[in-house]
Amino acid sequence: MATLDSKVPKGPIKDKWTDYKNKINLVNPANKRHIDVIVVGTGLAGGSAAATLAELGYNVKAFAYQDSPRRAHSIAAQGGINAAKNYQGDGDSTYRLFYDTVKGGDYRSREANVYRLAEVSANIIDQCVAQGVPFARDYGGLLDNRSFGGVLVSRTFYAKGQTGQQLLLGAYSAMNRQIARGKIEMFNRHEMLDVVIVDGKARGIIARNLITGEIERHSAHAVVVGSGGYGNVYFLSTNAMGSNATAAWKIHKKGAYFANPCYTQIHPTCIPRSGDYQSKLTLMSESLRNDGRIWVPKNIEDVTAIREGRKKPTDLSEDERDYYLERRYPAFGNLVPRDVASRAAKERCDAGYGVNATGEAVYLDFASAITRYGKEQAKIHNIENASKEKIYELGQAIVEAKYGNLFQMYEKIVDQNPYKTPMMIYPAVHYTMGGVWVDYNLMTTIPGCYCIGEANFSDHGANRLGASALMQGLADGYFVLPYTIGDYLSDDIRTGEIPTDTKEFDEAEKEVTDRINFFVNNKGTKSVDYFHKKLGKVMWNKAGMSRNAKGLEEAMSEIKAIREEFWKEVSVPGSSNEMNPELEKAGRVADFLELGELFAKDALMREESCGGHFREESAEESGPQKGEAKRNDKDFAFVAAWEYKGEPADAVLHKEELEFKDIELKQRSYK
Amino acid sequence: MNLTLKIWRQKDSKTKGQMVDYKVTDISEHMSFLEMMDVLNEQLVNSGEEPVAFDHDCREGICGMCSMYINGEAHGPDRGITTCQLHMRMFKDGDTITIEPFRAAAFPVIKDLVVDRMAFERIQQAGGYISVNTSGNTQDANSIPISKHAADEAMDAATCIGCGACVATCKNSSAMLFVGAKVSQYALLPQGQVEAADRVQNMVAQMDLEGFGNCTNTGACEVECPKGISLENIARMNRELMKANL
Amino acid sequence: MSGFFKSSIGRKVAMALSAFFLMFFLLQHFAINILSVFSADAFNEVSHFMGTNPLIQYALQPVLIFGVVFHFVMGFVLELKNKKAQGMSYAKNNGAANSSWMSRNMIWSGVAILAFIILHFIDFWFPEINTKFIQGDWSGTMEGVEGFRYHEELTHKFHSHIRTIAYVVAFIFLMLHLLHGFTSAFQSMGSTAGRKKTLQNIGKAYSIIIPLGFIFIALYHHLKYVLS
Repeated sequence: MATLDSKVPKGPIKDKWTDYKNKINLVNPANKRHIDVIVVGTGLAGGSAAATLAELGYNVKAFAYQDSPRRAHSIAAQGGINAAKNYQGDGDSTYRLFYDTVKGGDYRSREANVYRLAEVSANIIDQCVAQGVPFARDYGGLLDNRSFGGVLVSRTFYAKGQTGQQLLLGAYSAMNRQIARGKIEMFNRHEMLDVVIVDGKARGIIARNLITGEIERHSAHAVVVGSGGYGNVYFLSTNAMGSNATAAWKIHKKGAYFANPCYTQIHPTCIPRSGDYQSKLTLMSESLRNDGRIWVPKNIEDVTAIREGRKKPTDLSEDERDYYLERRYPAFGNLVPRDVASRAAKERCDAGYGVNATGEAVYLDFASAITRYGKEQAKIHNIENASKEKIYELGQAIVEAKYGNLFQMYEKIVDQNPYKTPMMIYPAVHYTMGGVWVDYNLMTTIPGCYCIGEANFSDHGANRLGASALMQGLADGYFVLPYTIGDYLSDDIRTGEIPTDTKEFDEAEKEVTDRINFFVNNKGTKSVDYFHKKLGKVMWNKAGMSRNAKGLEEAMSEIKAIREEFWKEVSVPGSSNEMNPELEKAGRVADFLELGELFAKDALMREESCGGHFREESAEESGPQKGEAKRNDKDFAFVAAWEYKGEPADAVLHKEELEFKDIELKQRSYK
Repeated sequence: MNLTLKIWRQKDSKTKGQMVDYKVTDISEHMSFLEMMDVLNEQLVNSGEEPVAFDHDCREGICGMCSMYINGEAHGPDRGITTCQLHMRMFKDGDTITIEPFRAAAFPVIKDLVVDRMAFERIQQAGGYISVNTSGNTQDANSIPISKHAADEAMDAATCIGCGACVATCKNSSAMLFVGAKVSQYALLPQGQVEAADRVQNMVAQMDLEGFGNCTNTGACEVECPKGISLENIARMNRELMKANL
Repeated sequence: MSGFFKSSIGRKVAMALSAFFLMFFLLQHFAINILSVFSADAFNEVSHFMGTNPLIQYALQPVLIFGVVFHFVMGFVLELKNKKAQGMSYAKNNGAANSSWMSRNMIWSGVAILAFIILHFIDFWFPEINTKFIQGDWSGTMEGVEGFRYHEELTHKFHSHIRTIAYVVAFIFLMLHLLHGFTSAFQSMGSTAGRKKTLQNIGKAYSIIIPLGFIFIALYHHLKYVLS
């Protein structure tokens, strides 16, 4: 079995990146003018990379399937961005951020990459402020921080509940400056459909103009993929409707290894599905769990009564409720990590205690928080013998000040007033830690092909901490890739423009057009969504929050069967030479149908529980941790990088062993 | 509920379009408006017809991609939301709903309900940025204190999602609210003030070049804006432009 | 600076500046006209002063004419540009959901006011110019009238039912135009004062009191004639 070369520089961890930067090859500014770089995806990673590369002097061609780079799904991130600034003086440091990220990732990430991420995190904040990102400030005019996701320091910078939006607009403005200068050529409403390899190096892409349907050839000296995660393999997720894995999957099929596909983050506080028509799920900030108590009825009769509308949740007395997180995890209660909270909700709903019509919802109840705050307020305001109503009113004002916008969002969607009746929540797929394997330079196993942001696998291990996704995207794009890519491109100063009229481009284009022609000509009977939903159900049921060998084996064969049916029965109306959203979806779902099977294969291979991946066979059998996830560092402390060999089931596993020199491995406990 | 939909169908930018009637049945009041459109499209695909093309992506009201004019209002009858956040409970069984693309000379129709908003891109390329290199070698983020008030006001302007509802709603197809928000965000922050004069002149010049109309101060844009961007941003832009010219 | 007035915002600023000037003129015009109700003599004295003072006649009058013409011409130019910007119109548009009728129909209230001004010019201004500048009669008197002629000329015009109705209708349009225009002019000038309660109330008071006052003057003279 081949071993992967991660190209991690030698030396102590805190000097690696500095020493490395001092020694790598650079391209002189005059030569950069003769080098082209393609960037696919314009979210935080792709957008910041495109802007920085253009600023350095490279000719950048950037591609986005949306009508503007600013619409990439990074925009939807709410909470914030971590940075080891230690502005609060609470003992934060590069090492502490590094430590928290590795531990949070359940010791399945590459130490050197994570350390570098922590190291450049402070620069991100400086950069964004200089760009005009309106981060929240305190009354002294200095930047404000909040604490987030179970770490012990306050290091999260935020811009109201729209941090992702503001950071993306910052990167977008940097792009605009370069577009205006002519250094970035922007291709909006374009989708990358294949990568072109010439003499073993990535030298261009085939893209489809989504307005005219035209197939275009674009050449470059290097290709950067920053196309985001593959959460939509589940059909329902908090990802955008258009979020897809096509770019990442195409490079995988051309030689880039795909790492740890089974690592998925399932976020516990999302608004539940209301019916089969549901197209996507909406996330509500994790902060709600600070004050909300999660429960389901104790008695199954009450569940039925609630579902049938004969009883209301508020009718149930305390004794009739099962606060299952408080029961199972007395130490952390409702504040257990995302993966634990999600699995516990699934466990109750699988046992039949789900409280809405679909059977997939639990209550998040603010009544006791409201009463608690109300009593506190009554005391502060010296109101004696306050009535129950008065207390509730006082408490409601406090809860409203803290979570008003989330409550309003919930009410708009569900049409229930969460001040009066408990909210309903259910976990939803949110982020994928797995992705294209990259080395320390962020280069994939295809020379000249890079992968950044959520699309790669490198920094979050088996689980991502809150407010770290934005950090990683911008670190890759602004501060890492622009250095490392120079090292590779320094060999290309004499190459000259890459011609597009070569046989490699001919072949790649033919492959793409053949597939498109198949779709529009196939006389199928079922819509693309039919297959996507079917795939999503299998993924959710058998490769979702908890997994076992039997289910995963079934998932592999079922996905294969769906894929075969898809290629026979899919129906795509319209033609190829026009705007055709069904055709776009067909291509993306075709790729998900392969990725899903590899996902299940990876999950089946990983016979341990770690982070977002919970294998029922690998749980603690006795002791206080009974039933909890059990990691197996002896056999599985490696990155699983899969090589494409035709059918997903035939993919070949390459292991990158993970070494932890600067951190001691520990089992997580929340009891 | 059962509904009649009157939808603008147009094959491409060159072909003439027309309103076409469709029926949808068994629509749940809990569906979002776009999920209702999904039901219609599934119905059309299954009968071999071309589905209605419409822009959408995040479906949680932040990306600014969705853009329909529903019953005579941008993003439909509810307030403070985008089309993807509009729910069917705003309608009644038996209703007829008219669905049109955002209309403005500067927003040509690409197909059905999809419009081309590249004019917004070009306006931002004309100056919607601070000319700072992304090297990371900038000064420490806390070296310039910014009053909370200014930071909050800049944030309010910056929440614009660039959907174009302001233009679609305006009887003059004016883009002043959008451009005003962009100009304001930077004008309110010390980092942005260095280039403020050039920025406002260039962005307004580009806005005029794109063929957007003038502002009659009807305030319709502010009412229909899903993010509640205030008209004060237009006043600020007017001030900034006067200042730049004096 | 010339570039500024070619921009869409510059043009709106110019509209607002001319609007402020016209609103000031209107106030002044009203102040003089209301005198006609209380005292014919006072009205005549002031009218004669205004009509013969060289500064007013040779300096302010041309400025006023320019202001009026500019406001109308620019209004139409902007309207044409806006129509062009609009492209295709909606099959269904619910303007009332988000804006006032006044704000959406400034052009139509403006056209009504223009029609009125033409009538008004025919009634008063052209004869004045003719008397003073063509015939050279600056005396302010008229055969058969004792003292100055102005009050007599004014009241005479309101003998007609139709003219009185036309004036009343025109002033209603003026009211509608002002109800939006007053605060809108502040906004165009980059002032947020127009969005504050105080100025909105002042604007409302001005927009209603002035046109109602003019209507009162017209009806007063008309009814006085009819009833006498």
